[in-house]
Amino acid sequence: MAADPIHQFQINKLFTIVKVGASEIAFTNSALFMAIAVAGIAFLMIGLTRRRALVPSRLQSLAEISYEFVGDTLRNATGEAGMKFFPFVFTIFMFILFVNMIGLLPYAFTVTSHIIVTAALALLVFFTVIVYGFWKNGLRFFKLFVPSGVPVYILPFVVMIEVLSFFSRPISHSVRLFANMLAGHITLKVFGGFVSMIAGIGIAGWFGAALPVLMIVILTALELLVAFLQAYVFAILTCIYLNDAIHPGH
Amino acid sequence: MDPVAAKYIGAGIACIGMGGAGVGVGTIFGNYLAAAIRNPSAAPGQFGNLIFGFAITEALGIFSLLIALLLLFAL
Repeated sequence: MAADPIHQFQINKLFTIVKVGASEIAFTNSALFMAIAVAGIAFLMIGLTRRRALVPSRLQSLAEISYEFVGDTLRNATGEAGMKFFPFVFTIFMFILFVNMIGLLPYAFTVTSHIIVTAALALLVFFTVIVYGFWKNGLRFFKLFVPSGVPVYILPFVVMIEVLSFFSRPISHSVRLFANMLAGHITLKVFGGFVSMIAGIGIAGWFGAALPVLMIVILTALELLVAFLQAYVFAILTCIYLNDAIHPGH
Repeated sequence: MDPVAAKYIGAGIACIGMGGAGVGVGTIFGNYLAAAIRNPSAAPGQFGNLIFGFAITEALGIFSLLIALLLLFAL
């Protein structure tokens, strides 16, 4: 009777785009929901701000608020020098936010509940930091691993720890988003399974099932907070990592 | 011991580490709230630091979850 809570994460092929030898590139439900998220962002940011009214409508001010919100976050973390990364950070924030929010709808697929998506995003940030850090600072980028003002006899250990923490960044960056989405959606579906199990026992069960339904409502509200918070955390960590590339000295 | 059983037990033990992250996250938000009540006007300026500290602390719990996931699905 209990529904399988993992079933929601299954990737289904919708249609095949190209076949290369034994492998094929297919348009999946994951790609479909990414496309929906991108279309939603484009509608909000391009369609609704097209009129550029001096007194903005409600949705235009929503677009403006999100723009300024990410802009302030980036400016606080990296200073004016980092503002050239604004399109990058804003894209990442809006994409994760929309994908998380769309994933909360019933029957929708949560793209960020797959580690391959979040790992790709985190590695994109990681390699941007490395490439831009070396391009901007040259070999001075290595100062990132050598904090100033540390006594010489513990410096080797500090450098080792700094290097280790630098290379574990993409892991924690990607797994945080992935694990939060995965765990939250499994919890929701487990409570959904409780509803169908309790309601299955008869008339009395219908009243008993109201309790897990109430719990689902509360958990959905919590998941809404988590969906926003994780997008924000991902964006602010991107800002902080970019700051290391721009100002490598501690 | 059956290796599969040992794997599941190991995954369970690895998740204990997340308790430490729970303590850390609680400390961060508790201290932020205590400070925010003392000086509410300074609280919004420190929201970014709050989230950063939360993310760093949570990362340590995530590493133990990662070990559990690796034991369950990868190894």
